[in-house]
Amino acid sequence: MSTSSHAEPYVPVFVGDTKARLEALATKYPTRQALLLPALWMVQEARGWVSPEGITEVAEQLELTPAYVRGVVSFYTMYHTHPVGRYFIQVCTTSPCNICGAEDVVRALLTHTGCGELGATSPDGKFTVAEAECLGACAFATPVLINDDFIESVTPESVPALLARYT
Amino acid sequence: MGYPHPIHPKETPVLSTHFGDPDARSHAGWVARGGYVALQQALGMTPEAIVDEVKASGLRGRGGAGFPTGMKWSFMPKDDGREHYLCCNADESEPGTFKDREILRWTPHALIEGCAIGCLAIRAETCVIFIRGEYTEPYRILQAAVDEAYAAGTIGANAMGSGKRIEMIVHRGAGAYICGEETALMNAIEGKRGNPRIKPPFPAVAGLFGLPTTINNVETLAAVPAILTRGAAWYAGLSLSSPKSTGTKLISVCGHVQRPGTYEITMGLPMQELIFDLCGGMRPGRTLKAVIPGGSSVPIMTPEEVADCATDYEGIAAKGSLLGSGGMIVMDDTTDMVYQIMRLARFYAHESCAQCTNCREGTAWTTKILERILRGEGKASDLDLLLDLADNMTGKTICVLSDSCATPVVSGIAKFRDEFDAYLSGARAPMTVGV
Amino acid sequence: MSTDMVTLTIDGITLSVPKGTSVIEAAKQAGIVVPHYCYHPSLPAPAVCRMCLVEIEKLPKLVPSCVTPVAEGQVVHVHSPAAKKAREGVLEFLLINHPLDCPICDQAGECELQDFVFQEGRAGTRYGDEAKRWNPVEDFGPDILYVTNRCILCTRCVRFMDHVADDPVLNVSERGDRAYIGIDPGHRVDHPWAGNIVDLCPVGSLVSKDFLHKARAWDLDKNASICTGCTQGCNIMIDTRDENVVRLRPRPNLEVNRHFICDVGRADYRWMNRGDRVEAPLIGEGDRLHAQDWDVAVERTVAALAAAAGDAVVLIGGRASSETIGWTLQALEGRTVTAAMKVPMGEEAPLAGVPNLALRRERAANLHGALLLGADAPWEAALTVASRAAVVVVLDADLDDAEVEALRGAGIVLHLTTVADPRLPALRAVLPITSVAEEQGVFVNRDGRAQRYLPAKTPPGMARPGWWVASRLWAAGAPDRVAPDTATEALQRLPAFSGLSHRDLGFVGRIVAPVGEAAR
Repeated sequence: MSTSSHAEPYVPVFVGDTKARLEALATKYPTRQALLLPALWMVQEARGWVSPEGITEVAEQLELTPAYVRGVVSFYTMYHTHPVGRYFIQVCTTSPCNICGAEDVVRALLTHTGCGELGATSPDGKFTVAEAECLGACAFATPVLINDDFIESVTPESVPALLARYT
Repeated sequence: MGYPHPIHPKETPVLSTHFGDPDARSHAGWVARGGYVALQQALGMTPEAIVDEVKASGLRGRGGAGFPTGMKWSFMPKDDGREHYLCCNADESEPGTFKDREILRWTPHALIEGCAIGCLAIRAETCVIFIRGEYTEPYRILQAAVDEAYAAGTIGANAMGSGKRIEMIVHRGAGAYICGEETALMNAIEGKRGNPRIKPPFPAVAGLFGLPTTINNVETLAAVPAILTRGAAWYAGLSLSSPKSTGTKLISVCGHVQRPGTYEITMGLPMQELIFDLCGGMRPGRTLKAVIPGGSSVPIMTPEEVADCATDYEGIAAKGSLLGSGGMIVMDDTTDMVYQIMRLARFYAHESCAQCTNCREGTAWTTKILERILRGEGKASDLDLLLDLADNMTGKTICVLSDSCATPVVSGIAKFRDEFDAYLSGARAPMTVGV
Repeated sequence: MSTDMVTLTIDGITLSVPKGTSVIEAAKQAGIVVPHYCYHPSLPAPAVCRMCLVEIEKLPKLVPSCVTPVAEGQVVHVHSPAAKKAREGVLEFLLINHPLDCPICDQAGECELQDFVFQEGRAGTRYGDEAKRWNPVEDFGPDILYVTNRCILCTRCVRFMDHVADDPVLNVSERGDRAYIGIDPGHRVDHPWAGNIVDLCPVGSLVSKDFLHKARAWDLDKNASICTGCTQGCNIMIDTRDENVVRLRPRPNLEVNRHFICDVGRADYRWMNRGDRVEAPLIGEGDRLHAQDWDVAVERTVAALAAAAGDAVVLIGGRASSETIGWTLQALEGRTVTAAMKVPMGEEAPLAGVPNLALRRERAANLHGALLLGADAPWEAALTVASRAAVVVVLDADLDDAEVEALRGAGIVLHLTTVADPRLPALRAVLPITSVAEEQGVFVNRDGRAQRYLPAKTPPGMARPGWWVASRLWAAGAPDRVAPDTATEALQRLPAFSGLSHRDLGFVGRIVAPVGEAAR
C-alpha cells in the first residue's frame, strides 16, 4: 500500500483486470458517471486510500474533472482521502450503541491498538480507529467494521482477542 | 422470527421465517422453500393486475413514510416509450433500524424476487439495488445471490423463460445516511454527491437518469412475493388494530431490552407486549424510560404512551410519534436523555449534506448547544433557543433531515425537561462529551 | 387575458405574468424583492439557501419562491409573519459562522448578507461563546481569492463554472457545516470569464485581488457604461473613487451580456486614469505647438483645413463614439474622405453557457458604429491613402511607428486625442477630447445594437467630447451652421441613427443596423 502521494510514481489502477471490471460495469449503466462510486471503491481496494492521483485517474476514466470527483469523494465518509492504517476500524457510537457502552469499546480499541486518539494511526501503521455513525446492527451492540469485516457485539473485554486476529 | 432469537409465539413470521438459516441464501435453497413461485405467477400477470393486488393488500412503504405501495406504482407513466427504473433502497441507515440487513443477508432471494415483481409492475427492465457501504457482509451475500439468479435464468434477458428482461444491479454506497432519501439515492447511483433533489419533478416523472423511477424499501419489496402467492386478502387480514395498517412489520428492537433483535409482528400488536414479552422487557432491576419507536427521526415516547399503544401507523401516530422505519430504540432508567439527544443531533450534523442553510448550520449549532449544556455551561435560555432553532429547522428544507434533527430535541425537551434542567441548574454533574 | 399569462397576487398586488415565471421573478415585477442568496437569474436554481421562502395560501409549507412557478389565482405573502420568521432564521444560521469582519471586507456596503440582515435579521446574536468555523484564505486564480470563512455555500460560483463557463474546476467539498467550496489542486480558476464569480458571490467570500482593500463600496460612484474591450458591447458599471476608476463590473443586459463580462474587459480600465492627458488645445505655429483657448483653436484649425485642399483620411481608434466619428466625417464634408478604424485582433473567448456572448477577436468597441457611419475603409488602405492625403485626422487612435511613418507624406495632420503623440508629423492641431469614461456617447455592437454610455468622471482640463470639437470645426467652416449642444442632439442629427435620441436607447440599447457580422 502506498503511504504517500509523493513517495513514488503513481501506478495506474485501471489496467488489466480492474480496467476490464470497470468496462464490464459500464455496460450496465446509461452514463459513465454512474461508475463513479464503484470506480472509487476499486481505487481504494487497490491502494488502501483514494489519493489525489487516484482521483485524477478516476476522472480521466469517467470523463469527469478532478474537481468534480473530489467533491463527490469528500461527500462519502468511507473513502479515505489520506492514508490510513492497514486495518481501518470503525466503531458505531450512535445512540442505540451508545447507551449500550459503545464509547467504552472505542476507548478499549484506542488503548489496545496504540492509536491513542480517534483518526490517528498506530505507530506500527497497523490500525486507525474512527467513530462511525450508526452501522445498522443495533441489536448487536457494539458493531465494529474492520476493513470489510463486520464484527457484531464487541465489548471492551473482547477487544484484545479481536485485535489479535489482525496481524 | 426475532432474529437472533427463536420465534416468539406472538410473532407472525412471513419475511423472517428463514432468518438464521444459511441454506435459504442459495437459489436452490430459496426455490426449495417456495421461492420464485410468486415471480412465475407475476410473469403471467399484467402490470395492472400486479398493482391492483398490491393495492388491495394495503401494503405501505416500510422505509419510513408509509405511502401505499400499489398507489406509488400506479403513478408510473404508461406507454410513454421511455425506459423505467426500479430502485431498491437498501441504504438502511436510520439509527435503530437494522431489519433490512437481516433480509439482505438471510433471504436475499426474497428481495430479488420482490424486485423482479416490482419491475414487472412498473414496466421497468432494470432494478438498481442501492446498498449502504457499511453493509459489507449483506453486500457480498446479495451480490452472490444476484449472480446466482442470473446464472439460473431467473432474471436476465429472458427471466424464467418468459421472454421478459429483468436486469438487476447492486450498487454500493460509501458512507452517507442521506442517501436513504430517495432522490439523494438516485444522485448517488448517478455518481453525484448524495444531495436530495427538489421535488417536483417527482421520481415517477423524472427519476434515475431523468427517467421514470420508483423507489421502494427492501422490506416493502420483500413482502410482495407472499402477497401474490397467498393473496391480497390474506395480507390485508393481518391487522390487529387499524384497518389502514395491514400485514406484518419487521420491528428491529435495540437498546436496553433483554432480547434485542428483529421481530416480525402483525400490524397493531401492542407495543407493551412487543417490548415486555417478545423482547423480554428491561434488564433486571431496570425500568423503561423512553422509546423511540420508528428510527431516530421520530418523536420520543414515554412509558405511559407506550403502555396502550398499538404498533402500527395509526396507533403510534395517535401517541404523537411515528412507526417510521420500525427501528425501535428502547431506553431504560440508566439513560442520560440529554446525552443521547446530543448524540442524535450529532448524528444529523455529521450526515447533513450541506445544501440547505437551516440544516447545515442548524444541526451543528443544536449539537453545540446540547454539548454545552452537558458540560455544565448551559444557560437558562438555552432550551427556548433549542426549541426556536428546531422551529427554524422544521418544514423549511429540501428534505427532512433537518426536521429529523429537531424532532428528538423537541420531544426530548417536552418529555424529559427535568433532565435538561438538572444540567442547567448544576444539580447534575457536568459530563465529558465524547471519547 | 391570454392563456399564456397567469394572474396572481403578491402582498396584495395583483399582476399577470407569463406562465412558467417563478414567484421570485413575478415578485420582482411587482416591485418586491424576495431576499435570496443561491438564486440568480442567469444560473440554474438549486433552492438551497432557503432564504426566498414565501407563504402561498393553501400550501402546507413555506415554499422557495425561486423554483415555485406562478399559478392562476395564487396568493403569495412575502412578508407574512411565518415567511419573515423563516428568513430571520436563515439569516441567523448564516451569521453564526460568518465572521463579522465587515470593516475589512471589500463586500461591505454592497453585501447581500449585510443588506438582508439589516432588513429582516435579528438585532442581537444568540450564538454563544462557541468558536466560529475557521479555514484559511485560498488563492483560487489570477484575480480571485476565496475567503472561506465568509462563504455561505450559496454555490453560485460552482454553478457558474459548471453550467455557464463549462470549466468545472470548483466543487462543494465535505458536508454538513464542514462544507466549503473546493478547487482541484491541479487547477486554477483562470477561465477568461472567471471574474464573474466575484460579482456573483453575494458576500465577500470571493474577492478580486485587483480590487482588494482598494475602496469602500459606499465611497464609490457608479455609472453605466459600455465595455470598450471588443465588439461585443458588454454593459458595464464604471466605479470611481475620487475621480479614479477603481473597478469595472458587468451591468445586466439580457440581450447582450446577461450578467457577465470577461476578464479582459474587466481589467481594461487603467487607461481611464492616465495622468498624461492633453488638457488644452495645442495649435501648430511654425514647428511649435502652442496652447490656445477653444475659440482660437477652432478658428486656427478651420483655417488650416481651408488651406489644405484635397482628399482627407480619418484614422479612428476603437473607442471613438458614434457621435465623434459622425461629426468628424461631417467636418470634412466636401472632400473625398477615406475613413478606417484601427481594430487590434485577439483570440476569441466565448462564454459557453450564454449564446452569442464572447470576447470577440475584434478589439474595438465601436467598429460597427464606424462601419454604419461610412468609416469602412480597410485600415491598410487608409494608411496608404494617408501618405499622400491633404488632410489626415487621427481620432484617438494609437499608431505604431510604422503607421506614424506612413503619415510622412500627408499635408496636415490633426490629432483629436486624449493623449498627445509627439511622433506625429505635420501636426497642425492637437485637440483634447474626452475619454469614454468622461463623456456620454453611443457605441454600436457587432449585432447592430446601439448602446449608450454615461460619463463616470470629470474630463481633464479643457478636454471636450470629440463630437463637440468636430462639430465646432464643421460649424466654423461656413456661415449659418449651428453645432449640436448635447450628445443626444449630436446623435439625432446623424442620418445613420434616424433621429434616435439617447433616451430612446434606454439601458438595453436598440438595434439600428443590419444584424450580425454578415452585414459587413
